[in-house]
Amino acid sequence: MLDRINKAQRDIDAACEILGRQINIMEVCGTHTVSIFRNGIRSILPSNLKLLSGPGCPVCVTGQGYIDAVLQLADRDDCLIATYGDMIRVPGKDGSLEIKQAKANIKIVLSSEDALQLAKDNPDKTVVFVAVGFETTAPATSVVVKEAAAGSVENFCILSGHKLVVPAMRALLSEKNHNINAFLCPGHVSAIIGYGAFAEIVEDFSRPCVVAGFEPVQIIEGLCEICRQLSAGKAELKSMYFAVVTEKGNIAAQQIIDECFEPVDGYWRGLGEIQKSTLKLKDKYAQFDAFRRFSISEEPSEEIKGCRCGEVLCGLIEPPECGLFGRDCTPQEPVGPCMVSSEGACAAWFKYGREKRRKL
Amino acid sequence: MDDLIRQHILPSLKNDALDELGDSARLNVASNSLCFTTDSYVVKPLFFNGGDIGKLAVCGTVNDLAVAGSKPVALALSLIIEDGFEIELLDKILANIGETARQSNVDIVTGDTKTVESGAADRIFINTAGIGVRLAGVDLGFDKIAVGDKIMINGTIGDHGMTIISQREELKFQSQLKSDCASLTGLICELLENTSGIKFMRDPTRGGLAATLNEIARSTALSVEIRETDIPVRPAVQAAADMLGFDVLTIANEGKFVAVVSPESTDDCLKICRNHPLGKEAKIIGEVVETRDVPLVEIETRIGGKRIVQMPYGRELPRIC
Repeated sequence: MLDRINKAQRDIDAACEILGRQINIMEVCGTHTVSIFRNGIRSILPSNLKLLSGPGCPVCVTGQGYIDAVLQLADRDDCLIATYGDMIRVPGKDGSLEIKQAKANIKIVLSSEDALQLAKDNPDKTVVFVAVGFETTAPATSVVVKEAAAGSVENFCILSGHKLVVPAMRALLSEKNHNINAFLCPGHVSAIIGYGAFAEIVEDFSRPCVVAGFEPVQIIEGLCEICRQLSAGKAELKSMYFAVVTEKGNIAAQQIIDECFEPVDGYWRGLGEIQKSTLKLKDKYAQFDAFRRFSISEEPSEEIKGCRCGEVLCGLIEPPECGLFGRDCTPQEPVGPCMVSSEGACAAWFKYGREKRRKL
Repeated sequence: MDDLIRQHILPSLKNDALDELGDSARLNVASNSLCFTTDSYVVKPLFFNGGDIGKLAVCGTVNDLAVAGSKPVALALSLIIEDGFEIELLDKILANIGETARQSNVDIVTGDTKTVESGAADRIFINTAGIGVRLAGVDLGFDKIAVGDKIMINGTIGDHGMTIISQREELKFQSQLKSDCASLTGLICELLENTSGIKFMRDPTRGGLAATLNEIARSTALSVEIRETDIPVRPAVQAAADMLGFDVLTIANEGKFVAVVSPESTDDCLKICRNHPLGKEAKIIGEVVETRDVPLVEIETRIGGKRIVQMPYGRELPRIC
């Protein structure tokens, strides 16, 4: 393995020397972000190659309005909120799920199936599953919605905040002041949607898109492929995650998403509203849609004062450039969502980055 | 209560000092230089692969005495039992307490038992306190640590914590994980009595290796560099940690010690460890270095990159995907 890493490293060095200028590669997957930090990958890259952690952490990209909608439901005595663990500490305008946990109607689940089971075990409550995540978690949500419909589990519903990766990448590149030269594309999402889904980014924006796995050698070889393309003046679509990702992806998973959801315009933290980027339950499953069941909506909400998570997510600044980082915003007392999730860019910088401004 | 003590507790823990059932145990200790410690145990599940709350309650306290450079001589044991707790389980826990104490060559000389109403405790809580006699000529402390000293560990990390977490989360591969819960008194006393280069020892329990190394950096103002490839980790432990999104460096151990050793005595220390069942996989995993800007623990990753190892903070939350 070290031979492969050393070779890729030499090739990256050579390509970056030819390029001569600053190169920014964005990863759009929280697992990539953590692996890059945990393995110290940044520390072995040439100084003119910069990695940007983009909107790849589901907790981080979820809009403030969605968080507030969840908190609103958590205040109801007739509801049980079922959520993935890393959502509970995200602050909204009125506390967080963790603060409200004292009411004992908030349950951490490890899967959508656990949430459905919670509904079956608590027939006198309405269980609201906080359904966030990209195309990776959307199929599992679809499965339980179908199961709930088939089994008439009427006290179950979901608050869909599921997001789609490709529209976000388009939105980033459509910004005038973006600084992204290429994308390291997410391995898990690509396993579902297929690497072919990124072809439009390559064609419309001439940016290399390379899918990589999560082992350090896979990430470094993915970066190497991007550098090779950039130094040759090319922009190509390529998957380096051969064992898992195919061009067309997981058709069955795509079908079940299509059956339950339709893409609608949705809010992303930092990126604002993006066309057809969020999954909404189709009308035939309307009764399982918590937005419709409780007549609530995701109101555009004020961003948190001083928090620059939005700019972090767009790759415009690095976390230590935010005035709150490491002082007013720490993993113990997070202000912004990028510090809450272990996959958030700020949390990863705080945990693994050598940075003097970090509070020790 | 008397029946509980006479029929269930005394038979498991039998020794002269305890059998008197006096208000205090009278001890004859051959030294006036002692170590004294206490710890409470509230583990869930009570029984896990490789041990139980009873074994843990003895090992935890004797290990704390041993890493401070002392030989445990007496323990106190307090049980807080929730009304309705099964007597068969209590017997099992007491048997393990007795067995582990015997293996550690230490008597449980005094104790206390309380039962509380249902809901006031979670089945059973245990507190142990222990006294140890400091080993002659052994003086361990942060102030002895110097640049160039080596960091040694007696085996694999993360086994205890990942076993507990996997059993709690009911992971399918939990049977492949086993807690390292063990009494280290024998191995540590052998090391301290037969080598002279050990400067400092600590058992990396809560917060794991990351917490122990950060305490060293904070308390000495020196920095620590470790190498990922030299840190022993069982593949099943690594897999469980990766799956749940945990950093194995922060996971608790219950049968490990970290020793800071002078460079010239590392060979002797490793030799003694590797001849002992609890030290077969002992390794030098890094060293103490000069501090550049602030005291830090840094790890050289398996790809040759570098990153810092933070003092663990907060509770880890299972992630989305």
